[in-house]
Amino acid sequence: MNNAIKNILMAGVGGQGVILASEIVAEAVMLAGLDVKKSEVHGMAQRGGSVTSHVCFGEKVYSPIIRDGEVDILFSFELLETLRFQSVLKDDPVILVNQQKILPPSVILGRDIYPENIAEMLKERYPRFKLINAQALALQAGNARAVNVAFVGALSRYLKIPESCWHEAIETMLPAKLVKVNLKAFTLGRETPQ
Amino acid sequence: MPKKNTKKKVLLSGNEAIARGAFEAGVSVASAYPGTPSTEILENIIQYKEIYAEWAPNEKVALEVATGAAIAGARALATMKHVGVNVAADPLFTASYTGVRGGLVIVTADDPDMHSSQNEQDNRNYAKFSKIPMLEPADSQEAKEYVRIAFELSEQFDTPVFIRLTTRTSHAKSVVTLEKPSVHARNVIGMQSKNGRAAVFGSFLIHPQRSKFVMLPQNARARHPFVEERLKKLGDYADAFERNEMIMQDTSCGIITSGVSYHYARESFPEASFLKLALVYPLPVEKIRRFASQVKKLYVFEELDPFFEDQIKALGIEVTGKSVFPICGEFSPSVAALGIAGIQDRRSEQPLVEYLPPRPPNMCPGCPHRGIFYTLKKMNVFVAGDIGCYTLGALPPLKTLDTCICMGGGIGHAQGIDKALRNKASGTTVAVIGDSTFLHSGITGLLNIVYNRGTSTVIILDNRTTAMTGRQEHPGTGYTLQGQETKAINYRTLCAALGVEHIRTVDSYNLKEAEQIIREEVNRPEPSVVIAERPCKLYRRIKQPVTAPYLVKEDVCKGCKDCLLIGCPALQWKTQQPVGKAFINQALCAGCSICSQLCPVDAIVRTEENE
Repeated sequence: MNNAIKNILMAGVGGQGVILASEIVAEAVMLAGLDVKKSEVHGMAQRGGSVTSHVCFGEKVYSPIIRDGEVDILFSFELLETLRFQSVLKDDPVILVNQQKILPPSVILGRDIYPENIAEMLKERYPRFKLINAQALALQAGNARAVNVAFVGALSRYLKIPESCWHEAIETMLPAKLVKVNLKAFTLGRETPQ
Repeated sequence: MPKKNTKKKVLLSGNEAIARGAFEAGVSVASAYPGTPSTEILENIIQYKEIYAEWAPNEKVALEVATGAAIAGARALATMKHVGVNVAADPLFTASYTGVRGGLVIVTADDPDMHSSQNEQDNRNYAKFSKIPMLEPADSQEAKEYVRIAFELSEQFDTPVFIRLTTRTSHAKSVVTLEKPSVHARNVIGMQSKNGRAAVFGSFLIHPQRSKFVMLPQNARARHPFVEERLKKLGDYADAFERNEMIMQDTSCGIITSGVSYHYARESFPEASFLKLALVYPLPVEKIRRFASQVKKLYVFEELDPFFEDQIKALGIEVTGKSVFPICGEFSPSVAALGIAGIQDRRSEQPLVEYLPPRPPNMCPGCPHRGIFYTLKKMNVFVAGDIGCYTLGALPPLKTLDTCICMGGGIGHAQGIDKALRNKASGTTVAVIGDSTFLHSGITGLLNIVYNRGTSTVIILDNRTTAMTGRQEHPGTGYTLQGQETKAINYRTLCAALGVEHIRTVDSYNLKEAEQIIREEVNRPEPSVVIAERPCKLYRRIKQPVTAPYLVKEDVCKGCKDCLLIGCPALQWKTQQPVGKAFINQALCAGCSICSQLCPVDAIVRTEENE
């Protein structure tokens, strides 16, 4: 099929920078000359709750949300959030997970238990699972808040987008004073082995 | 953010594209009240300095301002979320009769699935009800283009025109090609003649067209037949309108659809035939008949109500719609696949973990609402609530908000409860309302309490912003949409002018003071107002002092969990032997001190005090 669409489902928790990451990816894809659509919800749906963003690209994209069962890459900013999307993945999906735990309210109150060994379980079920310590990469780059861009760097390895498009996207989407540190974080993420 | 005219192709959300479309179409005046998913239209329109844009206190005022600008001959835009149209319905229905001079376009952003709304009404019904044409774009490029088409239609047919977005067209981003703005009449503003009056104003001052714009019964009677005639002409237009597009492919399956639903269906059935409607009201009857006659099996794929389906069935055409697609909730490519082909897209494999703790939205760390709700919970009163971040006070562990129906509604609920109990609700019922919501439509409710000898207490949760929609300005903040300084309403003076005799101010971060004052006022058998003051933690215009985070002294903590009752994301529980302890996530703690006020053994202290 010449109109092969690539679908990335991004998941995380409000405040983690999921939306900004999806903006950078969508921008880079557009700069590479592809059609792209991305979708998420704002307002009440954020506020520390679960957040998702759909990024779909290819020669010609119709739907801005991914058809269930068509997620090529699950790009998850938080361990527990990764588990919410098993039923919408394609066969043999790429699963990139940021090594971070954020406790939901019911766990904080001691009413629910945060599942253990999430990474191990994912690794066993999905051969193309990869755990990334984006926080460490961001700190190495010099700013803990560049964690989402470092994580995007790791994602970039899986997409055939010229590096220059990524750089331009980061320059476009971030305030000038943060570009340098974020480019560094991106590069560190990109250098993580696939 | 789109950069003006620097690139030809940009990635825009539907809302950004509407703003760009307004610029390209020569819009002169835009007014709105923020509401998800419509808010970003006006936030983005301010980059086009040629457009006068404002936050109105509510949607009714926004539409009236836009109508006034259109009467003056300018192109004018009012934008709102779906329920905002309910507020603006009064001017809407009669503006349909008056028609316009300059084009008048109303954007309604519907919210199927209620991602951030209290209902999922289908505002296509408003087009039919008010006899106003409605366009529905399917992506950002169309959103931009349809603004121009809407203004042309408005002026050609002398009618306000709706553009309907949904959450997925408002917030989804897709590629848009920018064009130069048209040279249309933004000129209403700025063309000053010698005597100081804008030259163009002359025409409407000399020819005010009272028979058109003064809807006295005799004038309105003359306008109603015009409206009916206009609808017929728009029906003919719809049939000729090339954006109502027939895409003839495999004719064994034909799908009539519009908006983002078109893309969902096309994603799952790329080879099917489509009648993609751009003008969703009135319908292109002849085109529908032609399409129906050319396909074997006909579907209507429309989110929410059977709006097309009912009209198409009334034409005597056999069609499948809501018998296979849901009325409730949002569509997706998978909904199309299931309804048309019976394909179940979700995988049935065993989940790795059976039960996942939910992660609902929550008030932020340091949110000033938290302490007030804790206090109300302690008082065990019925809390008539309203729309805003504080609606989250209904969720566990606070669970202290008992009604939420519409903007400003809680104040009326409190009065109704009080009157049902024959003024004996004093001490048992209180209304809470945010500052922006109070100014939107709470003032009249309070006036009613005073006028009708009610006894309710209204707590205005003044966090100095319209927080839930993303911190927009309003008449109480002292800043305009563009961030210019302006007068800020004084709630005390306002409430006093309404006749409230007991008006108290409390610091939302001072639990003891707040409880004492709220108790006094709630127990007082007279109308009263408590203004709970503290800016939203995310508010940008007030420099909030950076407060050191708190910590739990583990040796002092008894593990009573009292602090966890406020549901702060920064407060966490550590299970350990022999007794569990609370601890504070330093990265999240905003230093509001509420939890430390709750601790019975003073185990929670500011980090710097501990050093």
